[in-house]
Amino acid sequence: MSDVINLTIDGRAVTAAPGTLIINAAKQVGIEIPSFCYYDGLALQAACRMCLVEVDKTPKLQVACTLPIAEGMVVHTDSPLVREARKGMVEFLLTNHPLDCPVCDKGGECELQDMTFRYGAGESRFQEQKVHVEEQQWSPVVFFDAPRCILCYRCVRICDEGMGMNALGVINRGVHAEIAPNRFDHLECDECGMCIDICPVGALTSGMYRYKTRPWEMHHVGTICTHCSNGCKTTLGVRNNQIIRGNNRDHSGINGEFLCIKGRYAFDFVHSPERLQSPMVRKNGKLEPVSWSEALSTVARKFKEVKARGGKFGVIGSNHASNEENYYLQKFAREGLGTHNIDHHRTGDLPTLLDALSGKTEALATTADLYTRKAILVVASDLSQQHSFLAFQIRANYRHHGAHIYTVTPGPVREQHHAVNSIIAQPGGELAAVESLRDQLKAEAELVILFGDAIKGDAVRKLVAFGDSLGIPVRYVCLLDYSNSRGASDMGLAPNLGPGYQPVADAGLAYDEILAAKDLDVLWVVGANPLKRAAFGSEQAFVVVQEMFLTETAQRADVIFPAASAYEKNGTVTNVCGEVQRLKAGLQVMGTKSDLEIMGLLSKEMGVNIGMWSHEKIFEEIRGKVRGYNVPLSIVATGGAVQTTAVNGRVAGSVRPELIQSAGDTLFTSGSLGRYSKTLSSVVEAPGALYSDRRP
Amino acid sequence: MTFSPELETKFAKMLESYPPGRTRSAVIPMLMYAQDEVGCISHELIEEVARRCKVTPLQVNEVVGFYSMLHRKPLGKYHVQVCTNISCLLTGGEELYEQAQKKLGIGNKEVTADGQFSLEEVECMGACSWAPAIQINYDFHHNMTAEKLDKLIDGLRKAQ
Amino acid sequence: MLYNEPSPLEVKILTKRFTLPNSQSLDTYLANDGFKAFFKAIEMSPEQIIEELKISALRGRGGAGFPTGLKWSFVPRNSPKPKYVIVNADESEPGTCKDRLLMENDPHQLIEGILIGGRLVDAHKGFIYIRGEFRYLITMMDRAIEEAYKRGYLGKNIQGTGFDFDLYTHTGAGAYECGEETALLDSIEGKRGVPRMKPPFPAVVGAWQSPTLLSNVETFSAVPFIIRDGGAAFAALGTPKNGGTRMICLSGHINKPGVYELPVGFNLLRMIYEVGGGMRNGKKLKAVVPGGSSCPLLKAEECDIPMDFDTLAKIKSMLGSGGTVVLDEDTCMVKFAHRIMKFYAHESCGWCIPCREGTTWLRKMLERFHGGGGQTGDRELIGELSKNMLGRTFCALGDAAAMPTISIVEKWPEDFEAHLNGRACPYEHASEMAMQR
Repeated sequence: MSDVINLTIDGRAVTAAPGTLIINAAKQVGIEIPSFCYYDGLALQAACRMCLVEVDKTPKLQVACTLPIAEGMVVHTDSPLVREARKGMVEFLLTNHPLDCPVCDKGGECELQDMTFRYGAGESRFQEQKVHVEEQQWSPVVFFDAPRCILCYRCVRICDEGMGMNALGVINRGVHAEIAPNRFDHLECDECGMCIDICPVGALTSGMYRYKTRPWEMHHVGTICTHCSNGCKTTLGVRNNQIIRGNNRDHSGINGEFLCIKGRYAFDFVHSPERLQSPMVRKNGKLEPVSWSEALSTVARKFKEVKARGGKFGVIGSNHASNEENYYLQKFAREGLGTHNIDHHRTGDLPTLLDALSGKTEALATTADLYTRKAILVVASDLSQQHSFLAFQIRANYRHHGAHIYTVTPGPVREQHHAVNSIIAQPGGELAAVESLRDQLKAEAELVILFGDAIKGDAVRKLVAFGDSLGIPVRYVCLLDYSNSRGASDMGLAPNLGPGYQPVADAGLAYDEILAAKDLDVLWVVGANPLKRAAFGSEQAFVVVQEMFLTETAQRADVIFPAASAYEKNGTVTNVCGEVQRLKAGLQVMGTKSDLEIMGLLSKEMGVNIGMWSHEKIFEEIRGKVRGYNVPLSIVATGGAVQTTAVNGRVAGSVRPELIQSAGDTLFTSGSLGRYSKTLSSVVEAPGALYSDRRP
Repeated sequence: MTFSPELETKFAKMLESYPPGRTRSAVIPMLMYAQDEVGCISHELIEEVARRCKVTPLQVNEVVGFYSMLHRKPLGKYHVQVCTNISCLLTGGEELYEQAQKKLGIGNKEVTADGQFSLEEVECMGACSWAPAIQINYDFHHNMTAEKLDKLIDGLRKAQ
Repeated sequence: MLYNEPSPLEVKILTKRFTLPNSQSLDTYLANDGFKAFFKAIEMSPEQIIEELKISALRGRGGAGFPTGLKWSFVPRNSPKPKYVIVNADESEPGTCKDRLLMENDPHQLIEGILIGGRLVDAHKGFIYIRGEFRYLITMMDRAIEEAYKRGYLGKNIQGTGFDFDLYTHTGAGAYECGEETALLDSIEGKRGVPRMKPPFPAVVGAWQSPTLLSNVETFSAVPFIIRDGGAAFAALGTPKNGGTRMICLSGHINKPGVYELPVGFNLLRMIYEVGGGMRNGKKLKAVVPGGSSCPLLKAEECDIPMDFDTLAKIKSMLGSGGTVVLDEDTCMVKFAHRIMKFYAHESCGWCIPCREGTTWLRKMLERFHGGGGQTGDRELIGELSKNMLGRTFCALGDAAAMPTISIVEKWPEDFEAHLNGRACPYEHASEMAMQR
């Protein structure tokens, strides 16, 4: 077989690879063949018949979405016969469609509207009664209106093939055929809403969005989801300073079409009535709302006073704040307050991995690698629950490329369904289990190893040594919990490691030590809730908290600054694979300020100069000073993702593996943020559990 | 759920008849035979068949709605099926169906109050050369007339 | 049992044993040439078997009429995968009622045909997919299979030949679409009976992803004769490229409806007037459905033709599945078209848009039209919508719905005219009269 095939489409010479479908060959030269059921990456259906084209020397119209091109083929995509066939299909489709476009959520974004506009007839010849079925609610977030459904089966396929969930099927037959959920009258699934996004019409609608707005009334802001560490782009639909919708409108992020329940629906914490919208200062033992200037001066005075007398500070940073904020915070602590007592909740042993990989290049996997590399080993993580986009990538890799998947987990996980080999290994037994896969892994051409928080300290080094010994290219992902856990680590929120893992001469107190110390004068917590899990030792300490909600930690505060969420700020975050992406503010919540602005104002109030607090300036500084972050600005600034380069040098200092612990969030929990998302807690699957995947 | 010993034996044999790992193939036969025994296809039965055939309940539910002989609601003890397709149409099948409605006092896919009879207008049952034809449960009755139908139904009523 | 008197004009090949006492028993079968073909096939090479089938000019009896020898030659017998034999006994094409007789009266002939197919493609497992309504046949087939096992004609090392074969019945559950072979395969795999994309064809990727030999009951039943007496003997019974006999199911407005085994190429008018005893009540012939409801209808004047695949194709109809339905002058063609469309709308699997929506739209239109709600232009629209389905649906069901409809619209415009402007169906009275008689 030759490498290319030559054919003619609408009189134009086209060259494409063997096996290319007519619909894609046409797309290559800018000829659009309409279709509903064809969807890139999902199984072929040939159901909607919109893509029928004329092929010379064949008696019948041919299905462009399933017929591969052939040498010398002559295709007509816009002949009178083809146009008439399309018109006929649209006419058939509209017979039982309710045509309630004026009140349909999809109006304006509807592929059926577009097709009717382009290919349909001007008037209807259908005079009979339409088939009607009542609308159904399948979950708090998924509604189904059967009459609008055109049965393209995209939802069924994305749920089965894409999510590995198989929660949607088809019941009845003929004109009464309709999509049905897996639990007879409701859904029990990931509640990811992929089915809604992929629906070309308004048949599947979102519980959060339905009947709220017309799509053109929103402005659309592409930013990065603030929940887990995977770094999915979510497009916020904002109207009147309210987020109405989250989706992946243009598929432009690393996540393409993917979003889970968090990225799509769990933006609602932003508008929680419990949001803090005024600074508070403790007066006579009670937190009372005060002005920004009063709160700032109270804190600045205290910081200056403690600093002046050589008192003891403790600073705890955030897994959600931007790189710029984390960088600025550590700079503030180190240069402004003169302390290395700074840390954050560490959820994976990244420093040890970086150290173990010192001297190696191309050893850190990107999210794209998970879709392209030939073999994947998952150690000690329930990916579908904890890292649903990474799981989606791996599933797609299996589906499209037949990737070999291996799992070593303490309990059943969804990845097992596609795995070549799965081992249930109790904590501590992971490396022995990995070792038992040696012969199989050695035979692979390449490998990506993802590992969870159970692999830390020495275990990380052993795992890398194991990878080295396989004699094949191996890349790694150290799994971390939150949207900027990676950035917090990279930016130097650590007592012994500065930005870019530069060693600190005299290491400060670590997370547990800060909390346990009995002699702290000031505890400054920015976007974290350490007191949820740990007791605080310094009863007398002055506690400053920058928070969105009155968390356990905020309740102990002497001063609270109401902070903006990631959806309300600009900056950058770094995902679990080290990919830097831009946060773009979608709205403002009255009374709040970004952590960066709060810190900036504080520095001004204190009169310490730690540089301008514009996020662009700080990012410039990060690019210049933080190892690995010299990434092309143009890509990040235009909403792209760039992986940081490897640190490529030893990472000194002890890592204290016992400090590393994932919060173990599921698909339906998300640390403090999750508690304030009504949607996350409203679904029947919440709160979910790890390692409880059930095979049919 | 458990079924009669005979049916359990049948199911055990059935599951072995398909190639290894292909127990899903037993879904439709299992639904058919179980329905005959328990009357209709409940959610409970769907879950049971799913368990036995190692598929999801959704995969079973999808099938139930597709096949016209699988019923979610109980039928009468005698399910009267009248064919009105072309060969029967030409030989009085429609009139026969009307007669059945009159005689039983019920319409299409309805059940008599006493639960004894149900009626369904069905598609071609493969008795075209001996039309019009009806089936009562699985029994064929060929070359039917209104009088024969009345007699048949009367006979079944008496037999109760 | 038989439901109608045989006709002296029949040429009894497949039905030869039907009139023997205990025709369904293995003993009767063995005493009357049973399993001779199987032993012969064991000695033959696969190529020889295919050659005989090709010579026989046997064409698939399910409706499509694809040459069986060619179809069976596509199954890769050397594939490392297991191979399966599947019998399509989902007989549900309106007008067709022949396969049930073959199973009921001579089940071992079918079993022998299956064994020869299995021997040909090196398959060792077979399933007879029987429509759910034919429960009594499943019981009968199961009994015959059990008998064959007991006597060593199924199971391990059949009759010392070293050939193993297991055979099972599998019940359908009410779906015409499952007669389409790929829908049947999905159905036997426990799924909705929705047809599959082709290629790959079942011969290569069939049941459970494996090569599958799949044919209709009558096709399998013809194989023992062909192997035993030679393909040439079978071919000689029919016309060129249309070998053998066919089970013709005569129904409708004739005096002696019934299933008759007639040579392929038997004249249609002779079928009606000589085999079928002529028109009922001396009425005039109006139309004929030549081979099941999917076929374009023939006008009376088109009926003086030999019933073979090629002749019918020439006059833009089809030989189909052998269901020959005869319509007299009192038949309302609008009503008839409606009943056909009602059937296809009911049986459309719903997979593709044109069939799912088109059949229901047409059903509703035809119902309205027949009920007196017809408007000028409706007839043309019915034809146009049918053509919008024709050749554009996922499987042939859309074509099957469109073809008879188009033929009726085009051949009997006067019947549509007669219903226009709120007029009652002119045939209603006539059909009531017929019923009273």
